[in-house]
Amino acid sequence: MILYILCFTLFLVGVYGLLTKRDLIKLILSLAIMGYAVNLFLVLFGYRSGAAYPIVTEGAAPGPMVDPLPQALVLTSIVIELGTTALLVALAIRLVEKYKTFDIHKIRRLFG
Amino acid sequence: MILPYFIAIPLLSAFLIALIAGRRDSWAILLSNVAATSLLILSVYVLAARHGETLIYEMGGWMPPLGIVLVQDALTGLMLVLVSLISLLSLIFSVSYIRHLDRSWRYYALFMLLITGMNGVIITGDLFNLFVFMEIALFSAFALVAYGGRAEEYEAAFKYAVMGALSSAIILIGIAVLYSATSTLTMAGIAEVLPEKDPKIMYWVGGLFLAGFGLKAAVIPFHAWLPDAHSSAPAPISAMLSGVLIKVPGIYVLMRVFMNVFGAPDLFMQTFLVLGTVSILIGVFLAVGQWDMKRLLAYHSISQIGYILLGMGLATPLGILGAVFHLFNHAVFKSLLFYNAGAVEVALGTRDLKRMGNLTRILPVTSLTSMVASLSISGIPPFNGFFSKLILIIAAIQAGRPGLALAAAVGSLLTLASFMKLQKYGFRGEREVKTVKATIGWGMKTAMIVLAVCCLLSSFLVMPGIREICLDPVVSVLLDPSRYIQMVMGR
Repeated sequence: MILYILCFTLFLVGVYGLLTKRDLIKLILSLAIMGYAVNLFLVLFGYRSGAAYPIVTEGAAPGPMVDPLPQALVLTSIVIELGTTALLVALAIRLVEKYKTFDIHKIRRLFG
Repeated sequence: MILPYFIAIPLLSAFLIALIAGRRDSWAILLSNVAATSLLILSVYVLAARHGETLIYEMGGWMPPLGIVLVQDALTGLMLVLVSLISLLSLIFSVSYIRHLDRSWRYYALFMLLITGMNGVIITGDLFNLFVFMEIALFSAFALVAYGGRAEEYEAAFKYAVMGALSSAIILIGIAVLYSATSTLTMAGIAEVLPEKDPKIMYWVGGLFLAGFGLKAAVIPFHAWLPDAHSSAPAPISAMLSGVLIKVPGIYVLMRVFMNVFGAPDLFMQTFLVLGTVSILIGVFLAVGQWDMKRLLAYHSISQIGYILLGMGLATPLGILGAVFHLFNHAVFKSLLFYNAGAVEVALGTRDLKRMGNLTRILPVTSLTSMVASLSISGIPPFNGFFSKLILIIAAIQAGRPGLALAAAVGSLLTLASFMKLQKYGFRGEREVKTVKATIGWGMKTAMIVLAVCCLLSSFLVMPGIREICLDPVVSVLLDPSRYIQMVMGR
């Protein structure tokens, strides 16, 4: 249970950063932290304490195993997050070139 | 066997475009148009030849609890036709439009990836697979919003990307919770197991999905990104975003998950009603005051999405019929309106309604089609918008909710007011405009005329005879979750 609470705290750290920070880079980092928390959630759901890795070998007695599917999902989701982060950083570079500032409050030509 | 083509054709053509298109864009245009045309033919064939029948395809031959299934039922068929139609016309429009920006193949490759993602979301029967396809569609959408390369476009794209990443994280938590509760990711399998579980799980996951997919659909508390992203993108992309992208990962998934997987729980239906009514009224109030043409149209997307949610929330056969019909109609007329805005922007170099004037003389096609689209969206009788709004209002009264019917009628009146403003200042103003900066290409004209004809023709979808083929199967799919489960799992 303590693991889940810690994991949720990590997610909240990300949300806090997203809501309060004004720096473009810190916003991207907050999103990344949120992503890590979600991935940890997924891995935790598949975890069984004391279980073996889910590969059946000849001769070994089949015991409790961890669920391999969330791990596969996490791999996919890590790749997606890599893509998101790369895209966000690329956009942030262009934003800084155009607006000459990292402050999100000064980047507001669109309104209404 | 036909189902994987809906993903394979656009994906393949996206990478082929990247490989063979040299410095010029002619190969890219040819390939993407051929791919989009073949998708349209395939989707119409599937809808017409196999109506009412559910097609299942197991990827790699793995049966549903283990592998990923592709599912084609009536709702999927209708959405595929819609996506293919709008994307083909947007590509034809782009041929003339994008050359005003640059002559690169990148636009077409990204466009095909966008179609891949949306078709994948529509056709998949697996929740995590849906998430992956949704990300493909959104990535290309972020890049395409920023395509013009001006400061505002990067700003809008950044905002959109942050919102998209946030909602994806929320959706992924929902999927994880659902998986840990039901031990399966196939949507039909989840629907089978979920009634035996604690209903609290459904409410938790439903809340997460409502926030996540609601953000993609730009329902009112989650709408802040939409006006920026939709008004900054190039016009054909605005048409794709407003026409289909807010519906496919947004409304379609909400329908599928809340109707078919969760079995239309009362709490969420009430929430849809509230969110829908709020979206209708606030969206239209925000729209009336706008002077930027594309921004005005973008706010109307929020309001029209509200109508669809209202119909869904009623959860009566007539309400769902209205919702699905309005979904189709909104895609048609809102895309047309964004094409008009794009054409005016090319011709006059402005989107500000105050700087336009009488365009009927110099842009006859644009002003005529914009009139058709404005009448459609305001709900004037011979056009499609009238019928879907009428059905929604009748459904609300029949369900014993006259207050909601009144809200929908007021929203419709305000829509009429704001489009009268658009016509009065934008296209039929007092100041005579004599010179244009650039002429409107044949591709743009063709796309606008075809969609204007569609505005009239899609009224016939609700006529007896055609309705039994197109809309009634969709309603029965959404109202009867047990049939969906049986079709996918039952063997």
